[in-house]
Amino acid sequence: MIKKYSVKINQKVHQVEADENMPLLWVLRDILGMEGTKYGCGVGSCGACTVHLNGQAVRSCQLPISALAGTEITTIEGLSAKGDHPVQKAWIAEDVAQCGYCQSGQIMSAAALLKNNPNPTEEDIENFMTGNICRCGTYTRIKKAIQLAATK
Amino acid sequence: MKKTDSNLSRRSFLKVSSLSGGGMMLGISWFASAKPVESLGELNIEPVWQEVTSFVKIASDNSIKIFSPNPEFGQNVMTSLPMLIAEELDVDWKQVEVEQGNYDPKAFPRQFTGGSQGIRMAWKQLRTVGSAARQMILTAASQAWNLPVTELTTANGMVTHAFSGKSETYGIFAAAAAKLPVPKDIVLKGNQSFRLIGTPQKNVVAPKIVQGKPLFGMDYREAGMLYAMTERPPAFGMQLKSFDATAAKKMPGIVDIFQIKVYNDDHKFAGFDTRAFNEVIAIVGKSTWDVMNARKKLKAVWEVAPEKKEMGQNGQERTIPAGLESTKKHYAQMLEMDKKPGKIERRDGDPEKAFAEAKHVIERTFTAPFLAHNIMEPTNTFAHFVGDKVRFVAPIQIPDFMVPSMVARLGIPKENISIELARMGGGFGRRAYGHYMIEAALISKQVNAPIKLIYTREDDVSGGTYRPMYQLTYRAAFDENKKLIAFHAKGGGVPESPLHANRFPAGAIDNYLAESWVIPSNITIAAFRAPRSNFNAAAEQSFLDEISEYMGKDPIAFRLELLQRAKDNPVGKTNDYDASRYMGVLELVREKSGWGKPENAGKKRGVSAYFCHNSYAAQVIDLRVKGDQVTVDQVTTALDCGVVVNPEGAKNMAEGAAIDGIGNALFGQLTLTEGRTDQRNFDTYRMIRHNEAPKKIDVHFVKNEIDPTGLGEPPFPPIFGAVANALYKATGKRFYQQPFAKQLS
Repeated sequence: MIKKYSVKINQKVHQVEADENMPLLWVLRDILGMEGTKYGCGVGSCGACTVHLNGQAVRSCQLPISALAGTEITTIEGLSAKGDHPVQKAWIAEDVAQCGYCQSGQIMSAAALLKNNPNPTEEDIENFMTGNICRCGTYTRIKKAIQLAATK
Repeated sequence: MKKTDSNLSRRSFLKVSSLSGGGMMLGISWFASAKPVESLGELNIEPVWQEVTSFVKIASDNSIKIFSPNPEFGQNVMTSLPMLIAEELDVDWKQVEVEQGNYDPKAFPRQFTGGSQGIRMAWKQLRTVGSAARQMILTAASQAWNLPVTELTTANGMVTHAFSGKSETYGIFAAAAAKLPVPKDIVLKGNQSFRLIGTPQKNVVAPKIVQGKPLFGMDYREAGMLYAMTERPPAFGMQLKSFDATAAKKMPGIVDIFQIKVYNDDHKFAGFDTRAFNEVIAIVGKSTWDVMNARKKLKAVWEVAPEKKEMGQNGQERTIPAGLESTKKHYAQMLEMDKKPGKIERRDGDPEKAFAEAKHVIERTFTAPFLAHNIMEPTNTFAHFVGDKVRFVAPIQIPDFMVPSMVARLGIPKENISIELARMGGGFGRRAYGHYMIEAALISKQVNAPIKLIYTREDDVSGGTYRPMYQLTYRAAFDENKKLIAFHAKGGGVPESPLHANRFPAGAIDNYLAESWVIPSNITIAAFRAPRSNFNAAAEQSFLDEISEYMGKDPIAFRLELLQRAKDNPVGKTNDYDASRYMGVLELVREKSGWGKPENAGKKRGVSAYFCHNSYAAQVIDLRVKGDQVTVDQVTTALDCGVVVNPEGAKNMAEGAAIDGIGNALFGQLTLTEGRTDQRNFDTYRMIRHNEAPKKIDVHFVKNEIDPTGLGEPPFPPIFGAVANALYKATGKRFYQQPFAKQLS
């Protein structure tokens, strides 16, 4: 059923009319035109659509808009004003990306990991990041970038 | 200062160029018009861009813009190709801004992503582009200063006359340079003079990628755009009989639902226009979610399709068999084919006699399943059909391959097709096949609106164009001294053979026989990173490992021995590889991995080497196995791809190839039951993940002065063999069937 919702994304409240089951992913991409959050699988298995919900990494393809009342969402567009979050800077320093499609999701997962665990071990990183697939195979660079960001 | 350049002004550049009749063309036809753009001259406070060639624009403030011609799918050509131009143009890389060129065969003669050919083909051409533009700047400076060109030098985007101390930026001379004819005699730098080529440079698009900017086809949107999906038969070998869209059309946001025919019945297939299903149902709506929901209400009736004939452009007819195929049956069929005589592809000496007289024969059969490309960005395309013109924003590897099919199906001349090349969220061969562009154009035409066609992940995994299924049986014959006297390779697949009859170890063994066979199928296949090689390397390099063990030889020493023979006294007339370069990567990987060193004695390691796409790669992998868990501690890669343009990007590519290969070797499989794929998304199709990636990857390049050869594909195939060989060390079991992880539990 189409209803009116108010969602707080990147510190800004948006009024949205959408089907109650519409996942946040498609609200972001199709309604709000915020396309940094990527569609990869739609079943919560690849992590390309990762955003922060109250500071925790979640898969936006699994979050219906009707469940977002009173929450704060952060997307890749809101992670930093100028692309200078330590994780984003580390991603550039380690030259992580190949095709780059999964990297918004990887960065959002990494930022959430470091927020909750500022000094992760290699194993912490591997376990936390396991939900994010990179088809190009940049995993070793992602790990290095997270380790670098952890020192900042 | 704000720069005025934009896509709009870029288009006006091209318009001016075409109005003036194409302008100056260099002998090798690499340059479009060299005209300045008068219309921008009015905005005198802002820098004025001059199109020196179709690849290079220089602004009055000395900003440099270089267009990257090739479609980008993560191979990082947007950095490495402009580096070739910037090197010869003699500009500071920091001055350079890179922009993706759109599909424009006049401006950019080779816009092709595939076959690891990008740098190889551009090596001389794009340096020529840069050198020509530099010479035009020099000529303009010489005329302005009334000084001989021979007294002028360039560096970092500056022209200098050392004697008088005069020095000015390229920007000062760009307007005059743009009016000059493109020089015919181009001199390129010697490799020793390179200042940029060979230095590690970071991906120029990275700042946008890390901010999630809308770079990809999937991200494209414009006012009035509708969203479309297609419903296809649920299984290969089925076709649409009828459908009822009454309920689906009543769903919110739905604009229209209709049937489309991808190709005309008499379509002549060109090779990269493969599609699995010709009759599909298009669902068009106002959002992706609306379309996804409406699809569930669609009532379609599917039926088993009869045998079909497809005509190729080469005049050859191909039969697409009827039936609902299954993986289990495919494996049985492949074993049957192995018992029958194959088509002889190569024969050296007298292999039959040698096998008959052999004291010992080792025979092993290797198999691999279909693989889905699983590009992270699912298939999509924007299309807007207006009148007799169509405009695409498309993630497509080789637009040239699709244009003839578009012309044939859409009934419009090729000049009426424009394609903006979107960054691709992966390709791996999948996006060399652009049938989705035709689907998108037909849908746009029908609804008379701009549309974005999206495949869901399920559509993408289950909709065809896979790495084929393969099988190779190797036989090796030995005399009483365990000397290798004959070799037999017999390979085939569904529906293509992987065999490369003239590759190693052909040329190294006196008695050699290679045979191939195929099993026709209605399951569509595609190039997949290092086609055929990605299986050959796994099979051949595992087999060589096993026979070296029987012979009591070190696996690297054994390969080198064979290669030495191929180098000194090759068997046969045609051997595709250069034995010296092959040996070079094996020697380098032996050194860098500390192969055979006492400190590595306890490691479970496997080695493998392969030649493909004009380059040579060898890998050593160290892994551990606990139950069904494989932990990869390290991969050491040695690569000979000639001169390395951008070592940073090249290393990233080789690391990714190792991870991609390990993942596919251990887990990759697409299986079918009654024509339906058993895997449909990442919850059932197992991809390698962070915790399964190697802890460390070292990449080493053979240093030489050879013009660049391939890079994207060569480091992918050998790792499959290295994994199999290391798994043997770890478990005592040989691994013949991919994916290997299935046999660990």
